Amino acid sequence: MDRIASDILWQLEQVDFSYKDQPVLAGIDLTLSSGKCYGILGPNGSGKTTLLDLLCGLSAADKGEIRYRETLLERWQARELAKRVALVPQDFQVRFGFSVREVVEMGRHPHLGRFASLTEQGHALVDAVMEEMGVVGFAARSVTCLSGGEKQRVAVARALAQDPEVLLLDEATSNLDIYHSLSILALIRRRVVEQGLTVVAAIHDLNLAAYFCDELIFLKNGRIICQGPTDEVLRPDVIEEVYGVEAQVREDAFSACNQVSYRLPAA
Amino acid sequence: MAIAVRSGVSYITGGGLFLLLLLGVVVSATMGFMQIPAATVLQLIGHALSFSGKDAGFDPVVTAVVMDVRLPRILAAVLVGGMLALCGTVFQAILLNPLADPYTLGISSGAAFGASLVIVLQVVGLTLPSTFSVPIFAFAGSIGTLFTVLALASEDRRLSSTSLILSGVIVAAILSAAIGFLKFIADEQVGIIIFWLMGSLSGISRQNIVVLLPVAFIGMAVCLFYSRDLNIMATGERAAATLGVNTVRLRWILLITCSLMTALCVSVSGIIGFVGLIVPHLLRHLVGPDNRQLIILSTLGGGLLLLLADTVTRAVLPAEVPIGVLTALIGGPFFAYIFKKRQQENG
Repeated sequence: MDRIASDILWQLEQVDFSYKDQPVLAGIDLTLSSGKCYGILGPNGSGKTTLLDLLCGLSAADKGEIRYRETLLERWQARELAKRVALVPQDFQVRFGFSVREVVEMGRHPHLGRFASLTEQGHALVDAVMEEMGVVGFAARSVTCLSGGEKQRVAVARALAQDPEVLLLDEATSNLDIYHSLSILALIRRRVVEQGLTVVAAIHDLNLAAYFCDELIFLKNGRIICQGPTDEVLRPDVIEEVYGVEAQVREDAFSACNQVSYRLPAA
Repeated sequence: MAIAVRSGVSYITGGGLFLLLLLGVVVSATMGFMQIPAATVLQLIGHALSFSGKDAGFDPVVTAVVMDVRLPRILAAVLVGGMLALCGTVFQAILLNPLADPYTLGISSGAAFGASLVIVLQVVGLTLPSTFSVPIFAFAGSIGTLFTVLALASEDRRLSSTSLILSGVIVAAILSAAIGFLKFIADEQVGIIIFWLMGSLSGISRQNIVVLLPVAFIGMAVCLFYSRDLNIMATGERAAATLGVNTVRLRWILLITCSLMTALCVSVSGIIGFVGLIVPHLLRHLVGPDNRQLIILSTLGGGLLLLLADTVTRAVLPAEVPIGVLTALIGGPFFAYIFKKRQQENG
């Protein structure tokens, strides 16, 4: 399948998904275009991770259609999709003491034949993403011995080694401190701006979403409550409806983006 | 770069293991009740490999001892040890559990149950047709167990490692109670069951080799074919799936391949523990976790270890000790030592 010169990547039409008879997502209509950074927000259990799983073909919808580049997702071969769509999980764990470089090289898997070893370009690409994510300094160390922040950098580097056009982030920085979250997201953001990477990120922290995302999708109980450009939809009424907290959104010159503060509603 | 060093280490280790294995086969063939010079052993092997039909004038007794008694047993030790270590490597990688071994899914309990059943039936006086032999029943028992465990575990569509390990534990527990009951019925003949359970290569014939050899090569080829996918499994099911690895299919194929290999090993040799656990561990420690190399090295290492153990019990010790006991008695403390050392390194 050739890359079609279209802006639209995913089209979801009336997608339902349930897990053990519990509806997780219902009636999802969504169009995601290339070169943007989307944030998926919503309370715990609202279906953020499930939506990401559906987008990268890890789960199949019960009802409705999901197309990627105009082809139904179930028609995509897993390896072909893996050349275009990469996922960074929340808590990246690697067993058996594989080294950082070995793990990043695994990202080349979908591009390699069964018994092929990495080409010179493959090695160069791996070098480049490791440099970009700042993991060169511990390339030979076992991933099991890294700190949480270092590990997530490796996870992102591995995903970028897939040379994808889309990066899915499943709360990829939720367990990290502010410095590590911001620095990883800033590096990814740079790819969006400079190389037209598309990002779909499930995010918990509204302020981080305001800093990082062009568009936001709010989910609650498996339905899309509101979606649109970050500046337009990150509003007190939306936050109150989705999370059930009172919120204030104000422009913040210091961080150069809108910032949210919240409190529990008076009983 | 440390990775380059690592791959250098694996080539050296692989070459070293291979040479040691060849040397071990020859040396082991010289040892036994009758001392036979290495030169004679080499001539006999050379003669057999050249397929020349004519009698080269060897002493018929020496020829029979080397070709019909020792070499089949030696080859069986190498093949069984190699397959057990190979399966241990794959089971550990696929179940994401460094404590897994070829018996984790209850294969050994199934085999033990099958074997005990035949032994008891013979003890109580049932005259069974010759097809009802211990190896065949052991094999049937392990295959039955494998599919019971897989059926239990596959309720979970993702066939997760937790489901597999738990199913294995459940089935093994039931079977071990059943084996206990059979031992109780066997009464005074319980010794036969116990001896079988502890493993031995003393009953090996040439026919066993004819079956073991192709199975070992085919099994190894299948595992090598999926070795890179197996590496990627180490990053977790979800991450592996997004790299285009069909984790469920991979699990099914490799579990069945390795379980069949294990079942065959157990049916000819009884239950030989620790080889499948300790060899992959040790080699992973030495050359890193890359299954593309580990699969080959484990096979060589397992073959060498079991050859050593079997030679010791066959030709060095005054009386033949069950080989499963020997591997556990040597392997256990050694394993404890490595474990302790690694704890200190990581702590």
